[in-house]
Amino acid sequence: MNNGRDIIEVRELRKIYRVGNVDVPALRGLDLNVKPGEFLSIVGPSGSGKSTLFHIIGGLTPPTSGQVRVADRDLASLTDAGRTRLRKQTVGFVFQKFNLLPNLTARDNIAVARHIAGLDQKPDPQFEEVLRLLGIASRLDHKPNALSGGEQQRIAIARAIVNRPAILLADEPTGNLDTENSQAVLDILRDLNQRLGQTILMITHNPEAAAFGHHLVHMRDGRISGRT
Amino acid sequence: MTGKLVLENLKHKPMRSLLSILLIGVPVTLILTLVGLSHGMLEDSAHRAQGIGADIFFRPRGTSLLSLSGAPLPEKFVDYFEHWPHVKIATGVVVQTVQTPLVITGADLPKFNRMSGGFDYLEGGPLRRPDDILVDRYYAAQKHLHAGDSVEMLNHSWHVAGVIEGGKLARLVVQLKVLQDLLGATGGVSQIYLKLDNPANTAAVIQALKEKFPDYPIYSMEELTSMYSVSSVAGLQEFIYVIMGIGVVIGFAVVCLSMYMAVLQRTREIGILKSLGASNGFILRIILVEAVALGIGGTLLGVGMSYGAWWLIRTLVPASIQMVIVPAWWPIAGAITLAGAALGALYPGLSAARHDPIEALAYE
Repeated sequence: MNNGRDIIEVRELRKIYRVGNVDVPALRGLDLNVKPGEFLSIVGPSGSGKSTLFHIIGGLTPPTSGQVRVADRDLASLTDAGRTRLRKQTVGFVFQKFNLLPNLTARDNIAVARHIAGLDQKPDPQFEEVLRLLGIASRLDHKPNALSGGEQQRIAIARAIVNRPAILLADEPTGNLDTENSQAVLDILRDLNQRLGQTILMITHNPEAAAFGHHLVHMRDGRISGRT
Repeated sequence: MTGKLVLENLKHKPMRSLLSILLIGVPVTLILTLVGLSHGMLEDSAHRAQGIGADIFFRPRGTSLLSLSGAPLPEKFVDYFEHWPHVKIATGVVVQTVQTPLVITGADLPKFNRMSGGFDYLEGGPLRRPDDILVDRYYAAQKHLHAGDSVEMLNHSWHVAGVIEGGKLARLVVQLKVLQDLLGATGGVSQIYLKLDNPANTAAVIQALKEKFPDYPIYSMEELTSMYSVSSVAGLQEFIYVIMGIGVVIGFAVVCLSMYMAVLQRTREIGILKSLGASNGFILRIILVEAVALGIGGTLLGVGMSYGAWWLIRTLVPASIQMVIVPAWWPIAGAITLAGAALGALYPGLSAARHDPIEALAYE
């Protein structure tokens, strides 16, 4: 299955959630390949399985069946500790609701990601350049409640990439932002992809945002219904 | 970073943190106050016994250290002991409980003065009239008494002849004969003190007395004062253990409840940390460190509050109960509290560590 080039390889992926006594299939035999450095936009109606796909690729939950390889790791065989290592070393998340730790400053929100990864809490000088690129260098000593939505999302992006993950998973990163901030965040994602070669998978409902990706993946009923 | 996370968490909900620290501090204060009272009252008794200036202490058969009332010893024993080899002075006293643990002591003042060197009078002077009473400065402070005042005790009105410095024999001293008559114990005493010509003869005299009076408790004053210890008072050590156990339970319950609430409130944050790759151990460590921080805060506050208890006791009832600060017990009380706190944090911590990250991230 591994062709030696794809950073994400998914075959016949199925995920069934148990809700009470009812099995709810979220993914129903999904196939997907992503090359390193690709920027993929994933679109589809609510309940089509987009977030579940992210959760599995990001190691937040195991697949029910199928094969999933992320950065040469077979996720089906990973233990809980293995998935924790995957999140620590290989994958970075950006969420619609920013999900910053409210008690910590922006700087500490970034530092905590490095601490968890077992790295020196002070990012390398190259990352300072990234912070300038994100336009948040002057806002690092503020707590999330003192930051605008756009600033919070840029901090969240900085936190997601501070450990140089192989894959950035952005789940509706502009969903809570106005047009101006949405554009800024999308520009940043594209910049990261173009300048640093960051592999990005982005879920979005916004067609304009989806256009930022190299490819557009359509999902419906737990499957990929098209890729352009 | 763990420390900063914990500190910011504690600062984020200051009222919860302060209340937890206060509630953890209460059992620490309880333990330190109880230990301080045990040590204080026993040390006070030992100090006053030492102030008598005797070498040997003779007690009635079948009495214990804390059962002092009554006058079962014949007073003629005193005369008998005065003629015992090496005995320089023998004096008997009658002891009667006024209000536990406070006692009044009837003493043969001239003899007692020869034995001890006499009282130091802060106000007034020695006993002259039958209804005269000497009170020590602690009792005077507690009851706001001065020389010349009247005080009711044992259904009798006493005239305060003098206020004495504490630390010798008793807090309340009246004439021996007066107390014997009042108690219907004429010709009897509660205990007898012997002063020898040379303290070096103490062991030999005790040996000889024990041969003559085999069933009587006879101690050197050194032995007597060493008996005023927590371990020698029946049940006291066990009582302290019970209070320590209660301390652990309170610390456990407070921290368990507090951390359980904290974990519920921080469900989403736990999800965020997990999404960043935080392991179960990392999450558990944060909760435990926070609990230990609360425990340390509670211990420090508890030590501070024990000083408050000490000041209150010293101010309000200096004669009835005595408390000392026992710093040696600070680490013990702290360890007990921290053990309770760590145990209390274990369940919420494990519960937090086991949170499903997706559910935690979806928590509102």
